Amino acid sequence: MSLLSVRNVTMKFGGLVAVNDVSFDVEKGEVFALVGPNGAGKSTVFNLISRFYDPFEGEIVFDGENLLDHAPSDIAQLGIARTFQNIELFENATVLQNMLVGRHTHRTSNLLSELFFLPSVRRAEIAHRRAVEDAIDFLNLHAYRDQLIAGLPYGVRKVVEMGRAMAIGPKLLLLDEPASGLSMEETQDVAFWVEDIKKIRGITVLMVEHDMHLVASVSDRVMALADGKRLALGTPQEVQNDPEVIKAYIGAPDDEQEAA
Amino acid sequence: MRVQFKTSYDTDIRLFKDRYQLAWYAVLGATLIALPWLIDVFMLGEITNVLIFAIAGMGLMILVGQTGQASLGHAAFLAVGCYANVILQQRAGLPFVVAFPLAGLISGVLGALIALPMVRLHGIYLAIATLAMSVITEDIIIIAEPLTGGVGGLFAPDISLFGYVINRYGDPAAFYWFTLAVTLFCVWIYRNLLRSPLGRAFAAVRDSEVSAQAMGVNVPKTKAIAFGVSTFITGLSGAILGHYIGVFTPEAFNVLVSIQLLLMIVVGGLGTIHGAFFGALVIALLPTGIGMARDWLAANVGLTTTAIPGLETATFGVILIAFMLFEPMGLYGIWAKMRTYFELFPFYRQGMFVRQKSYLKTERMR
Repeated sequence: MSLLSVRNVTMKFGGLVAVNDVSFDVEKGEVFALVGPNGAGKSTVFNLISRFYDPFEGEIVFDGENLLDHAPSDIAQLGIARTFQNIELFENATVLQNMLVGRHTHRTSNLLSELFFLPSVRRAEIAHRRAVEDAIDFLNLHAYRDQLIAGLPYGVRKVVEMGRAMAIGPKLLLLDEPASGLSMEETQDVAFWVEDIKKIRGITVLMVEHDMHLVASVSDRVMALADGKRLALGTPQEVQNDPEVIKAYIGAPDDEQEAA
Repeated sequence: MRVQFKTSYDTDIRLFKDRYQLAWYAVLGATLIALPWLIDVFMLGEITNVLIFAIAGMGLMILVGQTGQASLGHAAFLAVGCYANVILQQRAGLPFVVAFPLAGLISGVLGALIALPMVRLHGIYLAIATLAMSVITEDIIIIAEPLTGGVGGLFAPDISLFGYVINRYGDPAAFYWFTLAVTLFCVWIYRNLLRSPLGRAFAAVRDSEVSAQAMGVNVPKTKAIAFGVSTFITGLSGAILGHYIGVFTPEAFNVLVSIQLLLMIVVGGLGTIHGAFFGALVIALLPTGIGMARDWLAANVGLTTTAIPGLETATFGVILIAFMLFEPMGLYGIWAKMRTYFELFPFYRQGMFVRQKSYLKTERMR
């Protein structure tokens, strides 16, 4: 059974159909990429999986659970972590604090025990810290641990956001344009990390990305979207050579347009 | 500059960073405990007032500074704490040691309940809703005259702690020590919050609701808890305030007090415990300071300023505008800069505290 299954999902904003009857399955252990021109509905698909939007039609099943039965704040608990296209970190907190928020779903203490900081809370804190240090080691964030996000360069923020998502300990990681705004070297780092996340951590990755080199190098399967509709689904090579996809990206040759 | 070598995760968890910091706070603590022998009775009363404001400030700080939810209605919870404490003692006959924490709890539970429908509001709308709540509370106190004494107000009895009777005027030192103990308790639970998951959830809600949600933080519930903790502490402050002023009427908790509380923590420095104390010093000592300046002017320059009404409010307004323009981090910002200057001497740079502007925000789910 696939880990994530999106079935005939339609999303409308007023008269605009952002996602039109889209279906796909993400298998356990693969890297699945969503590509498509701007406004194709890729981020909307992400926001639907995160439950920020209620779909107009269709259903989303994750690991046997119908996601539509769950509130947005329960999604992380189920094992879905995500990053944001424009980076949504907690600006006035340190890198460490940001990543510790990622452990929120593993919180075992309640209000009273935390107000008095009972020994159990201290033990839990150290356990959370270990888990976060693990993510820090993985992403080489040691140098930034105690720095405020507000003073960090863009590239580092992107990595911290990925680290925070990793700290959740997810089964499925949603990466919304992990390489946007990054330099060549940083993009290459992202490619290695995505590979490692899949191979070493065994986390399934669903990502939206515009950088075709990155998509081609890390993803097992690619789905192309345009105007909310599914154009093609297959290996990166298949999708790149799909005539529909080429048409959506660079347009049809003149003679073909005349014929149409 | 001191460099700290961290050898265990506990270093980041414990209350004091190192022995050096602990030593400084020990000196501060000892000075505060010895204060009744160091200053006269009038100033001791003023300092007690500072502490009461500081407790209220910490309460509001948890909500505004830590969770990012504006409230222009916290005087209402000062009132709830104050009235609940006195009514529980006089009507229900409860001893002070029970009535006092219970007053805080009543205020806290009420705060959380009132917050439930209001947490869906944001920014200015939330501020207006809390402002309205503050006005309504004042009216309810007047209407519930049999219980609250209406516009006539109530008398607070002497504090009776396990048989030891503390009167604010008869035994100012004991009253001060009691207030100090409550203040330290509030600082302690505030610090505990900051180093536990809930405190981080507060910060998450403050900085980005959409991403807090994606991290599994239940945003409305977290906000309601923030309201509850905040109003609990403010209620405790109100209960002490009742004993401090002796006689109180609904007038003592009007909207202006709410605004004053909010301005206090802004001047002090949002998001820091220090800020609550710095702000309280300014608020509580400003009238005294202006009075002293007035006397000095009259005696030395021959300038009589008693004829100027509203001088206090105007002075405070000017201070506030100056802070907004030149030091948005408040008095805490000035303190942090001075400390860094001396710690790094002579390597302090002008731009050290300049924050980088943030990037585009994802579409907010509002």
